[in-house]
Amino acid sequence: MSGLEDLYREIILDHYRSPRNKGELPTPPAHRVEGFNPLCGDEIVLYLDVDDAGIITDIKIGGQGCSISQSSASMMSAAVKGKTIADARRLVSAFKATMSIHETEIGGDGTEAEADDPSAATDLALGDLDALKGVVKFPARIKCATLSFNTLTQALDEAAPPSAN
Amino acid sequence: MTEIEPTHLDVARIRADFPILQQTQDGRRLVFLDSGASSQRPIQVIDAMSELYRTSYANVHRGVYQLAERSTNAYERARAATARFIGGQTDEVVFTKNATEAINLVARSWGGANLGPGDAVVLTLLEHHANIVPWQMLAAEKGFEIRWIGLTPDGQLDLTDLDRLLDGAKLLAFTAMSNVLGTLTPVRTLTDAAHAAGALALVDACQSVPHQPTDVVAMGADFMAFSGHKMLGPSGIGVLWARAELLDAMPPFLGGGGMILNVTTEGFTADAPPARFEAGTPPIAEAVGLGAAIEYLENLGMDAVRRHEVELTAYALRTLHERLGDDLCIPGPSEPASRGGVLSLTLADVHAHDVSQVLDEHAVCVRPGHHCAKPLMKHLGVSATARASMYIYNDTDDIDALADALVAARDFFAL
Repeated sequence: MSGLEDLYREIILDHYRSPRNKGELPTPPAHRVEGFNPLCGDEIVLYLDVDDAGIITDIKIGGQGCSISQSSASMMSAAVKGKTIADARRLVSAFKATMSIHETEIGGDGTEAEADDPSAATDLALGDLDALKGVVKFPARIKCATLSFNTLTQALDEAAPPSAN
Repeated sequence: MTEIEPTHLDVARIRADFPILQQTQDGRRLVFLDSGASSQRPIQVIDAMSELYRTSYANVHRGVYQLAERSTNAYERARAATARFIGGQTDEVVFTKNATEAINLVARSWGGANLGPGDAVVLTLLEHHANIVPWQMLAAEKGFEIRWIGLTPDGQLDLTDLDRLLDGAKLLAFTAMSNVLGTLTPVRTLTDAAHAAGALALVDACQSVPHQPTDVVAMGADFMAFSGHKMLGPSGIGVLWARAELLDAMPPFLGGGGMILNVTTEGFTADAPPARFEAGTPPIAEAVGLGAAIEYLENLGMDAVRRHEVELTAYALRTLHERLGDDLCIPGPSEPASRGGVLSLTLADVHAHDVSQVLDEHAVCVRPGHHCAKPLMKHLGVSATARASMYIYNDTDDIDALADALVAARDFFAL
């Protein structure tokens, strides 16, 4: 089961079994965004509190999904809480860069991947999220890993439209 | 573990006809349990398509040369075989791209001409999106109502309110067999009820035609849709069967070549059915492949196919319960005779994606997800299941491999 252990690192299973920042936030003031993986039915509901200085003061995650989508959401939430919107956007770019090489190869989410700017993100530490790199060997699961990041992008766009940055 | 009665299909011999099943995956025998999504095809089907391309291919209903005549004959023989297989008339068989297109054809053509404000279409919670979305799209334009037949706790249609639901309805559109629960619906009861209420009946037979004998007349259907790729045929071909008098009265669906009698700068005159509904060059080799698939199934005998799957389903329900107990939930009818060979598996707290990933390590192919039946999944209270679906080339060894892999998945995630 070496292949499986590549995919299901211990840290991933830990976040899956004990998800961080699970729950809801009152809306408003929180921004609430839903993300769907139409292929498998996974759903994520993301709540984001952003203060006037553009700091993500709180984030909560709801919804249901597989170990990869749930652990990815948990790790993402821990990584962006307390960060600025700009930092969060850089994290999204960095994470999607680790997934996007393969997405382009398999003809998947190519346009979206190209729209990101991986060069802006190469020096950013992914932390726990690094454990998800094994997912690229399982192309069918990449969309599970990126679901929460795509949903975060939507929430960030709602909190601070890109043109206003 | 093969203590079940001898099946009436020689599975070893059948498997030998399927080149794709001869391969191994990481040294393991490939266990294909995703025929509900798309079946595999025997060498007879592959050869029939290849033979057409090598010796007899030309466009159909066009040329006067001999190749064109042979190609047209092969295409029309496939139509005749399809009609015979389902108990219909040859001119009542329209070839489409797939079953989805067949249902869209009925919605756009018949529905477009016959449905409007104040009308109702009745669907069931068992439906595949292919028999939901076309009606929702049309309802948004035409302003008719969509009503839903609910389910009993064991996944059967709840018919207690049927008369009220059908009151004033113009169409009852329902699946003959659920692609998620395997539920076989009471087709004749439903078509009779529809007709008694003055409605027509459309049967989504994608999951039933490949697996049991079909007789559209005995079913009392007005329309029936199914696809070639779930019944040993190629992808790219589906079938709409409809009663001749309905097709005669229906306007064209897609416009183009092959569906007209005459075209002038002022307008066009549509051809008679089935040509009226087959605009453009049709799936010629795919029709020939479907014809070969039908011949293959006829040689096995659809009664024997059904018997095989009932026995295998009974073995699977028993074996999976013995090996996994309460950790495994299989919604739907518990009686094998009331269902097809489709098992939607929910393994403890392990998500269907993760279950399927571990199963793939064991070379067991199942389908994770919502199976294009989200209203049903919502009703069941699950976002995804891992679906194992059986066919003529599956045997008890495959079920044992599935059980082994499910035990491994449970143990892996229970670490």
